[in-house]
Formats: sequence, structure tokens, C-alpha cells
Amino acid sequence: MTALPPPSDKKLGLVIDLDTCVGCHACVTACKGWNDQGYGAPLSDQDAWGAEPSGTFLNRVHSYEVTPEAGPAQIVHFPKSCLHCENAPCVTVCPTGASYKRAEDGIVLVNESACIGCGLCAWACPYGARELDQAAGVMKKCTLCVDRIYNENLPEIDRTPACVRTCPAGARHFGDLGDPESAVSLLVAERGGIELMPEQGTKPVNRYLPPRRKDRLEETAPLAPLLDIQASGFAGWLDRLLDRI
Amino acid sequence: MTRHEPRLDTSPRVSDEVRRTTCYMCACRCGINVHLKSGKVSYIEGNRDHPVNKGVLCAKGSSGIMQVTAPSRLRKPLRRVGPRGSGAFEEISWDEALGIATRWLAPLRATAPEKFAFFTGRDQSQSFTSFWAQAFGTPNYAAHGGFCSVNMAAAGIYTMGGAFWEFGQPDWDRTRLFVLFGVAEDHDSNPIKMGIGKIKARGGRVIGVNPIRTGYNAVADDWIGITPGTDGLLILALIHELLKAGKVDVDYLARWTNAACLIDETEGEEKGLLLRDDLGKPLVIDRRTGDAVPYDTAGVRPDLAATHRGCRTVFQHMAERYLGPDYAPEAVAARCGVSATRIRALAAEIADVAFNQTIAIEQPWTDFRGETHERMLGRPVSFHAMRGISAHSNGFQTARALHVLQILLGTVEVPGGFRFKPPYPKPAHAHPTPHSYFMPGRPLDGPHLGFPQGPEHLALKLDDLSPARIDRGFTWENPLSAHGLMHMVIPNAVAGDPYRIDTLMLYMANMSWNSSMNTGQVMEMLTRKDGNGDYMIPRIIYSDAYASEMVAYADLVLPDTTYLERHDCISLLDRPICEADHAADAIRWPVVEPDRDVRGFQSVLVDLGGRLGLPGFVTDDGRPKYRDYADYIVNHQRRPGVGPLFGFRGHGKEVGRGAPNPNQINAYIANGGFYAAEVPEGAKFFKPWNRAYQDWAVSMGFYDTPQPYLFQIYCEPMRRFQLAAEGFHERQPPDFLRERIKATMDPLPIWYEPFGEAAGEAFPLHALTQRPMAMYHSWGSQNAWLRQIHGVNPLYVPTKVWQAQGFRDGDWARLSSQNGAIVVPVAHMAALNEDTVWTWNAIGKRKGAWALSPDAPEATKGFLLNHLISELLPERGDGHRWSNSDPVTGQAAWFDLRVRIEKVPPPDEAQPAYPPIPSPVPPAKGNRP
Repeated sequence: MTALPPPSDKKLGLVIDLDTCVGCHACVTACKGWNDQGYGAPLSDQDAWGAEPSGTFLNRVHSYEVTPEAGPAQIVHFPKSCLHCENAPCVTVCPTGASYKRAEDGIVLVNESACIGCGLCAWACPYGARELDQAAGVMKKCTLCVDRIYNENLPEIDRTPACVRTCPAGARHFGDLGDPESAVSLLVAERGGIELMPEQGTKPVNRYLPPRRKDRLEETAPLAPLLDIQASGFAGWLDRLLDRI
Repeated sequence: MTRHEPRLDTSPRVSDEVRRTTCYMCACRCGINVHLKSGKVSYIEGNRDHPVNKGVLCAKGSSGIMQVTAPSRLRKPLRRVGPRGSGAFEEISWDEALGIATRWLAPLRATAPEKFAFFTGRDQSQSFTSFWAQAFGTPNYAAHGGFCSVNMAAAGIYTMGGAFWEFGQPDWDRTRLFVLFGVAEDHDSNPIKMGIGKIKARGGRVIGVNPIRTGYNAVADDWIGITPGTDGLLILALIHELLKAGKVDVDYLARWTNAACLIDETEGEEKGLLLRDDLGKPLVIDRRTGDAVPYDTAGVRPDLAATHRGCRTVFQHMAERYLGPDYAPEAVAARCGVSATRIRALAAEIADVAFNQTIAIEQPWTDFRGETHERMLGRPVSFHAMRGISAHSNGFQTARALHVLQILLGTVEVPGGFRFKPPYPKPAHAHPTPHSYFMPGRPLDGPHLGFPQGPEHLALKLDDLSPARIDRGFTWENPLSAHGLMHMVIPNAVAGDPYRIDTLMLYMANMSWNSSMNTGQVMEMLTRKDGNGDYMIPRIIYSDAYASEMVAYADLVLPDTTYLERHDCISLLDRPICEADHAADAIRWPVVEPDRDVRGFQSVLVDLGGRLGLPGFVTDDGRPKYRDYADYIVNHQRRPGVGPLFGFRGHGKEVGRGAPNPNQINAYIANGGFYAAEVPEGAKFFKPWNRAYQDWAVSMGFYDTPQPYLFQIYCEPMRRFQLAAEGFHERQPPDFLRERIKATMDPLPIWYEPFGEAAGEAFPLHALTQRPMAMYHSWGSQNAWLRQIHGVNPLYVPTKVWQAQGFRDGDWARLSSQNGAIVVPVAHMAALNEDTVWTWNAIGKRKGAWALSPDAPEATKGFLLNHLISELLPERGDGHRWSNSDPVTGQAAWFDLRVRIEKVPPPDEAQPAYPPIPSPVPPAKGNRP
């Protein structure tokens, strides 16, 4: 069993805007591309050109259809990766200490050289955010691009997770959710950002911004006619339009 | 409990080198940083400096590494050795391949150049490929626009000098209401996502009009799940509401459009044309004097309400039409599947943003009449539309209606509205007209494609007035077919209508699979033989980088490189990467060298041009003029000083115009693979009428003299075709087309029922396709990462139909049209128009293609809707082959499709199932890495 560090002041994480995410999967493959050549073992693919292709992804987008009581059905795109929980059950369940939470910034990582691939952590994670790489036999998960965000070989503007850097719609934000004045904390406050499944007691760091209320068009009042065209005729309408009467 | 934090290197070396080039996973053409480790591509990300994507990159671009290493890459030229379609090939050398091509083509050029047809698919070098075809002398050239979005492009050019996407974009930084029609998550892929993100971040609203609520429509604040093919009716109802309420920009209409021009109402050959002065300039009535004066007279105040010698203005004709009861919301609601209340609310919201939330930029500017305006007033409502409205047989008129709606609101080329991207705006009359006059051994008399102004510009043979082009482009059947009709080439060539051809050369066009209507029958046509046992299309040359389905149907295969192994230019002569604030172009360059015996197709054309002695490709003494495509890019001049790339000309400092610069490509590489020139501050809006913009455009080489013009609410060239159909032109349409031309070439936008509706009640549902964002236009969904995201494509069925058929998860259905039936897996979707089914396009693959294993889900469960769509309308017994296309432009009417659905027991695999084709490349190994 592995211990969690005391809660850190700095809580790095993602804020994902479900009102803006168009479900394009850019974050999914940018993450795959970076982490295939970055932290730890590559993200392998099995039967990549065959009948049942399956590979390791640290971030996936799920799409859900929601049918409200009134109004048309909606689609919500829901990107999901590790939420870097404060009470990370995947860490405490780890028999070898491979899963750990960084004391400095709260990032949850797997030390692959200590991982025995038992899969307990994936079982313990209520979000399904971990995947066992079938080729390397080690557990893979979102590292918050720990090899980018502090990387002095990258220009400062690029020291952000690959998924955030690539997101075309600007639906992904990275920052310190432990600092109430950070841009991400202010965004969460403004938009009513939510924790995912708070009842689990995992205290996730990542936040989701809920979709705004949709399909309100009918609340708009119709335009008033310029005048009664039946009565005034086309010529009357034209004069009124051109301000001649 | 233990706790141990290992030491981490948080600053690992990222890569050995970054090379900046241009993506080619779709037509968006984003800038990319390609990271290399030990000479191999290790990671691809967006280029932050690039004008198109500003650093972001989509799912396809970010998966480019799987495209560059794909097992389906062709390796060497191939010559067919078995029957066509059998997939039996032998590998040959490039010398042999080029020798064969030369031996086939040289005699054709010398005797009958029209018997060579050259059509390209998602080609991004059309200014080059068309130049080559023109030099060859065949009239038979076009790219894939005819089956993509020519309706949108041509309607935009004819109406206002440009349309959406490559021509223009919403003012993403200022617009407050964005209305999106029929966009299937495609066309201007990353800029739309970035734009929607910007609008939402500042609290603006997005409204989606689309039968399917996915992607952009899923994040839209309001979704209008319209019935397919009725968008034009909805738009005209919005116009009705706006006119009735007086919510149109009368000042804008009077100054910048032909609304104040007068329509000749005297009977005869001029009826319906605009009144003009002796120099041919349209006349308006000046409100100050009451005199009829040319529209561009200094100080003129054009009168929208004028009547002159019994002739009224365009505005009066237009208003009278759209104020009529046919366009009232109640009259169109049932047909559109949108309530009158919602139509009224949409009109009200548009009007509120346009007229109550005006914005202004404090920037003086001077118009073409010489009047100076103190500021730039904006109406922050903008629109975008693409294939969903253009792929119908009423698509041209629908797209025209949408452009006219924007113009009536005064929101084109103003802050917050729709903005052109240089080199647009450029009106139809400033573009070339079509050219089709061919002679043995001679180049064509001009560019193939263009914008006819009247019947005199049709591509008809001079002797018998029969169609000059194999695709019957620019004929009475589809007079304004500005992009040709690629979908008709193979059927027409096999039918010998209008004539037989000898050699068909295709580039990046999967015509035996997802790029053809009627896929099964096209495969049969490609292998059909005549009485002598010869193929109806005797020779087929095909170039592709991958083992696509089309490879098996070629006689000679010229293997292309992947996008990271080639030179390209994304040119201002063609389809550039400009943004509203920038003119820009870009290159691709070989950031890695091919590890196979393949060549960039454009370099192959340069080589063939030299071997065939094509003018422009050989020196005066007959030697090859260019070493390869890169050499052409640098040294070719279309006009003196104007070449494929506009940056770093002359000694390296000249922009737009300047002598060829031998270091130009290196300068582009050093600059990140692109060049951008900012539009001057005073020139950024009102471009068609703004002197500062017009002068800047001339200095950039977009045109040689200023070209100010009026927006064409009334499209006079269309009226000229109607006049011909009424008997007033020396060129006369065949009698069987007269009524259709009169009806569909209306110079003011109209709506008519899509031709597909004739299928009747036996086919009660609409059927559509769209590409998923992660695969939009991506050439080869064999991509190992992307196919894990979209490896199957069920038919999505709306709730009403799902319940009526008693479907359950895992069920299959037979989907039938007038053209045939397919058997496919179904899935329920509620966020869908209740009379529409749809699927993801081009997921389905043929067994054996793309180096996928034969049991890949793409080949067993994936399917194409294409089998249900014929390139011809059903026989009418009149002896004519009626194309399933828009009657104005010839755009393939994919989305007119009507179907019937019924539940069937699950088959072993999706039907129809075709036998596997032997792969021209070795099978892929199973795992990665």
C-alpha cells in the first residue's frame, strides 16, 4: 500500500469546458503522439491494422446523448483523463509504491520501473482513467505532461500539456487550481465548474465547466412589422422603409 | 504505508531538430512543427506562428506520424499484368513508367488531345495541374470541386465575389451571433473550431441549422434540425420576416449592391437585363437629381425606390417577391420541419444583433466613388455554410439565398460580419471564362475552368455545338459548372456520351470507392469491354501515395510521396491559406526523404511535360525547362513578376511582384514554411469598394488594375441563360432543357424541391453522410490511431423510425433507394431530424485495400451510402441521361437521396460485400511499436 503526501498548496490540473468541446479528438491524438515518445514506455497499439485494433490512450473523448424533458436531444462531448485526485485511491491501493502523488504539485504518476502491472490501481480508479499497456505491461495514465510543463528545452509558452496546446476550440485549460487567483480558478468560479463524482470522496483536482443552457431561441420575441402591408400596399411599405413618410 | 518519489528529469531533450512545413491531412493546410529524432519523425504539433492554425492542430494532424509510416504506402511504380480490377501488378522502374506514359500520351496530343482526360481529387496544386493540362491541350481537366462544394463557391463568386472557407470567414474576433448552415464538421476545420471557441469565450451565441446535431451543432446554443434540402426555403422566410419588419440595411444596399440598379422591363432580347449607359455601366437613379447615372458616379445617392421609363429597381423586384405569402414562416414551416415561431425568433435574433448591437472601428476609409467615411460600421452577425446546403440539386440557389441574406443585413465585409480573405474578393466577371477549344498538337486556348457570363461562354464545340468536355461541363445542362463534373467523367466516357476517350489520368481520387456515386456500377464501368474486347476506357493512369481502392483499376500506377516527403506550394494562384487580415501562402518541403522508390506527382508531371515537349515545360530549344516541381515553384511566372509564391521574390525582399528568387524556398523554410503579408489597417474592411484595399491588391499582384464592383443580388448572367431559353440568343438550348433553364436560372434566389424528392412516398426518409472531425478529408482512414476512434460507421436512426421499426441495439437494416439496397448495422440517435438517417462517410473500406487485414471492421461492418446514389436520375423514357446534379453548376446532388428502411436479420457482414482485392503492398505487421 502506498501513502499520499500531505495536500499540496499547488494543485496542477485541467479545466475542461463542456460547452465548447466539439468532440474533435485533437487532444486524444496529440496526447498519444507526445506520450508515445515521452514519459515512460511508448503507448502501444495491438492489431493496429487488423480486426480488433486497440491501443493505450491516456485521454479519450466520450460522447453522450442527453434528452431533456423539454426541447431537442443534445450531445455532450466528454474528454476524460486522470483527474489527479487529492485522495487518489489508485495511489493508496498500489502494492509497490509505483503509483504516487507528487508532494510538490499534486500530479499523480506511475513509476514504471516499480510497476508490476497488477492493475489494482485501474480497478480502484472510479473514473476509468488508467490503461495497462499491453506491450510494456505497465500502467499508463495522464502525466499532465510532466515532461513538458517544466521542460526548459521548450519555449515557456509551450510548457503546457500537449492536449491543451493543441485544442482547437480552446476548451482545455491548464493551471494551478490550488491558487484561487489563478486564471483556471477564476474560470471555474465564473462558470460554476464542477468536480466529477464528488460522492466518491476522491477530491479530484480537474474541473469541468458545464454546458450552458441550450435551445432558448423561442424565448425571443418576434419582429414587429414595419406597418400593415395589406393596408398600405407595397408602395407604402417602400416609402416607410426608405423613410419617406 | 510507504511513500517514495523517484527523481524525475522534467527537462528531457524534446528532439534533435524541428522542421516546419504544412499539414496535408485535409484541405485546412495548417502549419506544423515536425520534430525529428535520429532522422525520423518523432512528434508533430501545430506551428504557433502560422496564420491558419496559430499553434493548434486537429486529431488528424496530430496523427500525421501514422500517415507517414503507414503500411499502405505504395513503394514503386506498378504496371497492370492481369485483368483490370484483379490487382495483378508488376513493379517497374520510373524510367519504364514514364516511358509508358509518354508513349500513351504523345500520340494523343498529336492527334486528338481531347481523348486524354486528367482529373484530380483532393489536389492542392490545381493552378499547376490545370496549367499542365492546358499545355497538353485537352479540354478535359477539373478537380473534385464538382462533387464537393461548387454550389457554395460559385454562388458566392457570382453573388459577392467569394464564398466561405478559402474565400472568406466570419470576423471571429468581433462577431456576436454565428449561424452555421449544413456544415458537416468540415471545411475550414481548425479555424471554425477556434472561432467557435472565441465566440463562446466572450459570451456570443452560436446557432446550428443542420439535420444532425453532432460536432459544431452539438455545442450550438440553439439547434434547428431542419429537413434536408429545405434550407433555401428557411432562408427566404427569414428574408421575408426581415423585409416585413424593415430590418434590412438600405444604405448598404444602395451604395454597395446592385439593389438600386434598374431592370429593363421592355419585352424583347434585353428584358430582365440591367439598364446600362453607352459604356456598359449599370445605371441608377440619383436621389439628389432624379437623373439616371452610372452606378460609380462620384457623390451619387442611388435610389432603391426609383422607377425609370417603366423600369423598377432590383430592390423592388426582390422585395415584392420575398414579401409574398409563399415565403411567410407559416407557409414554409411544415416543409422545413421548423415551427413558424422558431423561424420568427431566428429572424428577430439576427435583426437584433445586426441592428441593435452595431459596432464601429474608428478607421477612416475612402470608397471607389471617392467618398471618405469616418469610421467602419459593423453588424456583428455572421454565417458559414458548406456541403449540407450545397450538395443538393437546389444548392446553388440556396447558397445564393444565404449570400443575399447576408447582404440584406449589410454584414458582408464589415466589422463583426463576413470578411473576405485575399486574393478575394474577386467578382465573377474578373475571373476567366471557360476555355475548351482544342487542336492537335496545340495548347488549349485558355484556362479550362471559369465563370460564364452568358451562353457565349459555354464549352460547346464550334462546329456542331455539342459538349466539348467529357463531363459535359459548361453546357446547357449545367451552365455555370465552374469546377467541372468529376462524378460524370467515368460514366460519360463509358457511355461514349458525348464521346469516347483513350486515356484517363487521375490523381488522389478514389473513384472506384468513396469518391464516386454508384460505386458498384463504377467498378463495373472501369472493367467493361467493348465488342473488340478492349476496355471502354482503354487506359487508366493513377497516382496515389497509398494502396487505395482505385489502385486496382489502374493500368499504370505512379506512386506519390506522403506529405512530409514532398515539395508543394499552397499558392495565391490557386487555393491559398490567407486569413482576413493577411495574404499568405505556404510550401511543403521534404522534411524527411522517402524510404521507397516514390516521387511527388507534381515532379512527375514536370518530367512528363519535358518528355512530351509541352509549352511552358521546355526551353526554346526543346530541353526540359524545370528540374522538378521545386524548380517550377521558384521559376515559373504566370504573369511577369507573378509566380506560384508571392513572398521573398526578387532579391528576397519583394512581395507580390518580383523576379524569381533562386533562394525563395530556403527563405520560406527559414520563415516557418509560409509567408504572410498583413492587409493595411485602412484596407481591412469594405474590400470590394475600399480604394486602399484595391490599390494594395494590385501591388500584391492579385489583379492588374483596381476592380471595385457591386454585389450582385440580381445575377444578370443567369438571366442571359433564361433569355436564351426564351429564344433570345444565337446559341439556343435543346428544347428539352428550355423549361428547366427558365425555371432554375432565376436571377433572384428561389427555392425548388430537390430532384431527389421525385422518389416519392415509397422512400420516406432522407439519408445523409458526413465525415467525422477526426477524419474529415483525411486521405486514408487506415491511420492506426484514428481508426481506433472511428473504425465502424453504423447507420444512425432517429427515434421515430427506431421505434416504428422495433429496432434494438445490435440490429441491422436494409436501406433501399431507387438505385439499390445496402444492409448495414443501425444505432439509435435522438438528436436528429425525425425523417433523416445518416452515417459517417468513407469509413467503409474494400477488403484488401489500405493494407488493412481483410477482416478489419471497416471492410466487414463499414459501408458506403454511395451504392444508393446514382450519378443519373431515374430514366424518364425520353432518351436523355439526366445527371443527378444541380442544374446550374452540375454539383453532385449527394444529399438529395431518399431511402426506405426495414429491419433484417443480421448478415455475416455489411452488404454489398465485394471480393477482396490483392494488396499491392505487403501486409501490415500486427502491433505497434
